[in-house]
Amino acid sequence: MTVKHFSIGGMSCAGCVAGVEKVLEGVAGVESSAVNFSEHTADVEGSFATEDLINAVKDAGYEASLLQSEEDTAEKEAAEFEHYRNLLKKSLVAALIGVPLFILGMSGLLPDLNTTQGQIIWFLIGLATAFVLWFSGGHFYTGAWKAFKNHNANMDTLIALGTGTAWIFSMVITIYPDLVPALARHAYFEAAAIIIALINFGSALEMRARGKTSEAIKRLIGLQPKTARVVRDGKEVDVAISKVGLDETVRVRPGEKIPLDGVIVDGHSSIDESMLTGEPLPVEKKLGDDVVGGTMNKSGTFLFQAKRVGSETALAQIIALVRKAQNSKPAIGKLADKISAIFVPTVLIIAVITFLLWFNFAPGLVAEEMRISYALVTTMTVLIIACPCALGLATPISIMVGVGKAAEFGVLIRNGEALQTAGKLNTVVMDKTGTITNGQPSVTSVINYGEWQQEDVLMFAGSIEKGSEHPLAEAIVNAADEKNITLFDSQNFSAVVGHGVTAIIDGHQVLLGNAALMQKNNIDFEQAEAEAQSLAEQAQTPMYLAVDQQLAGIISVADLIKEDSARAIKALHRLGIKVVMLTGDNKHTAKAVAEQLSIDEYFAEVLPEDKEQKVALLQSQGNVVGMVGDGINDAPALARADVGFAIGTGTDVAIESADVTLMRGSLLGVVDAIAISKATVRNIKQNLFGAFVYNGLGIPVAAGILFPLMGILLNPMIAGAAMAMSSVTVVSNANRLRWFRSAEMTK
Amino acid sequence: MIDLLINVSGVILIAAIIWWFWLSSVKAKTIDNSQLIEILVEDGVYSPARIEVSANQKFTLRFLRKDASPCAEKVLFEGLDKNLILPLEQPVEIELSLPTSGEYVFTCEMQMYRGSLLVKDSD
Repeated sequence: MTVKHFSIGGMSCAGCVAGVEKVLEGVAGVESSAVNFSEHTADVEGSFATEDLINAVKDAGYEASLLQSEEDTAEKEAAEFEHYRNLLKKSLVAALIGVPLFILGMSGLLPDLNTTQGQIIWFLIGLATAFVLWFSGGHFYTGAWKAFKNHNANMDTLIALGTGTAWIFSMVITIYPDLVPALARHAYFEAAAIIIALINFGSALEMRARGKTSEAIKRLIGLQPKTARVVRDGKEVDVAISKVGLDETVRVRPGEKIPLDGVIVDGHSSIDESMLTGEPLPVEKKLGDDVVGGTMNKSGTFLFQAKRVGSETALAQIIALVRKAQNSKPAIGKLADKISAIFVPTVLIIAVITFLLWFNFAPGLVAEEMRISYALVTTMTVLIIACPCALGLATPISIMVGVGKAAEFGVLIRNGEALQTAGKLNTVVMDKTGTITNGQPSVTSVINYGEWQQEDVLMFAGSIEKGSEHPLAEAIVNAADEKNITLFDSQNFSAVVGHGVTAIIDGHQVLLGNAALMQKNNIDFEQAEAEAQSLAEQAQTPMYLAVDQQLAGIISVADLIKEDSARAIKALHRLGIKVVMLTGDNKHTAKAVAEQLSIDEYFAEVLPEDKEQKVALLQSQGNVVGMVGDGINDAPALARADVGFAIGTGTDVAIESADVTLMRGSLLGVVDAIAISKATVRNIKQNLFGAFVYNGLGIPVAAGILFPLMGILLNPMIAGAAMAMSSVTVVSNANRLRWFRSAEMTK
Repeated sequence: MIDLLINVSGVILIAAIIWWFWLSSVKAKTIDNSQLIEILVEDGVYSPARIEVSANQKFTLRFLRKDASPCAEKVLFEGLDKNLILPLEQPVEIELSLPTSGEYVFTCEMQMYRGSLLVKDSD
């Protein structure tokens, strides 16, 4: 039993849904159906004939067409493999006739065309070659003819004209040898057959190589489970993924893929999200935490409530974004597109000019009787060597592999333009909090004075801050919790704006705050000043604690630098990129962080709304600027930058908000994005250079430009081999990007 | 005499190539009330390859790919930022409505398959 996905047209209102479902379920073999009015689609489950279903829907006054089914991938692969085998078979048949002819011809064993017996043998060879052209090359002729009728010319046109001209000329001189001088009586049947063999073989190789270029998207599609175990009426039932509704509860067992996006409502587990985010370590998830469809449940069993289904899931959006990006072209490929569009007719004109030049001017170079042969061979060679495919493939094939590879590392590049610009960046601006640092302050040191122990310092500070929602207070309470310290309720609590807090804790008068609070309350804190100053210089925020008018300790809080920020900044420096930090913090903290990480330039005390201006300032100085930040709060600065990198943890980032979305929180993602962009653009340039040089040199050489100078004339069969290999070379070069290694892997 | 004939034929052939491939075009198929047109992707061409529609008219193109060659797998709509992946023997639809008159080209990624949408101002 399979689920097939149909597009349904003609539904004007939601009321049509029931009508369409009734029609669908009336088709023999249909088990169930679900029509989605907003998407104008239907999922139909059962064993039924697609055609019957489409006809039934049409009879009811609607339109239906098959969009995709579970069997699509297998069917597509089977069809492609069949096509591949077919191409090889055609190539083999053409080679079986062409190669012996070529060997016999080179050995001088073929008869002379000037005898009747020779004419008969050549005529039979001509018929055998005609079979090859029909069996192995028929698709080129059909394609060329259909294109011609549509006022279009394509690669088939060139192959059909090249081989067709060779065959017709050879047949004409076989039947009417007197039409050309005796010296020029040379048949080219073997050339036509071998060219057809080589081009079919090249197409087969190209097809295999191209299959590898879409591995990344296939892998992403493969992450989507087919069914989910849904809890309905107290029972767990396996349901096709397309039929799971919003807010339904789904069970996930150890070792299973999570089918949809949702929130854990029972249980906990360790989840491997590496397939989406590139983050190698499993993430612990508990009640209330989000889970993402396509990720792998490692250990526990849990229930979650589906919150995003169908095309709304993170995985579906990632697939859509990657597909869209893979099909976009950067400016670098636009010239090749313009040339491709006029390429074939231009080559046809060059071929005619080549013929006329040889026909008129060859007598100065070769015997006059031979000019028709030279004119014909060079024309044929020009037609055969020209390869629009290499030119047309050069950009899209590299984009396909590059964008796909980036997605494997949790780097989503929105389009080809972003990819091209990312490779040109010379400055990367990053927000400090949440980007360079964890964004969550934590207690970094506790120093005790007088009669009090470190636990007492944490107890007093935690008790006084209990109930406050300030991030620094939260850090202190968390630190006390981690050490299992019992906290007391505070009495007479008072917040002194800009200074700190005071309260009675367990009968003691407690003060927690900055130096100003201590001075105001006449606390002697001289012995702790040097320590506090040192902590501040290390980008920490020290707070003094006084109990019963005596200094009791210092508690220091800091937003810790992420583990791999330093390595990412070093890697950016290695790529020749200047790193600039923006922060709302004071100059001391900014300076300390900048020095610790060798950041080239920093702007402290920057208000959120001023970030965009700072990016613009750097751009006005001639820099190509990338901005790394939160996809939502930093949206204006991300938009202003030449390339905006939205950084997130897990899949909670808004993937449409930036040019590049980093699925994991590490800055190494920026390094990956820039490195793979550079590698992809370099690959495109190599491909374009190769394709331009190949055609730019190949066509003049085929036309015989080297003959007057060096006596070199290209054999049309060599031209056929070169043409067949040019596309294969482009695809193979793009495939090299599959071996790109992320910064994470190279640590 | 033969030389002259061949030279003149060559020049005429060049003129014919220019005229046929660049200066003239196949008659466009007009979408009227059906609002759905099926485009066959086979033997190196889209059939029909030129489609005339009115501006702001909603219409659906249904592509049916018969050519197993990977070249035919994608259709890119230049200037519309849209593309389709065409599975073999399975129709794929795209609904469009183009507000501005002009010619919108759609091609395979190697530009060998070429078609165009001629958008005329609606009267």
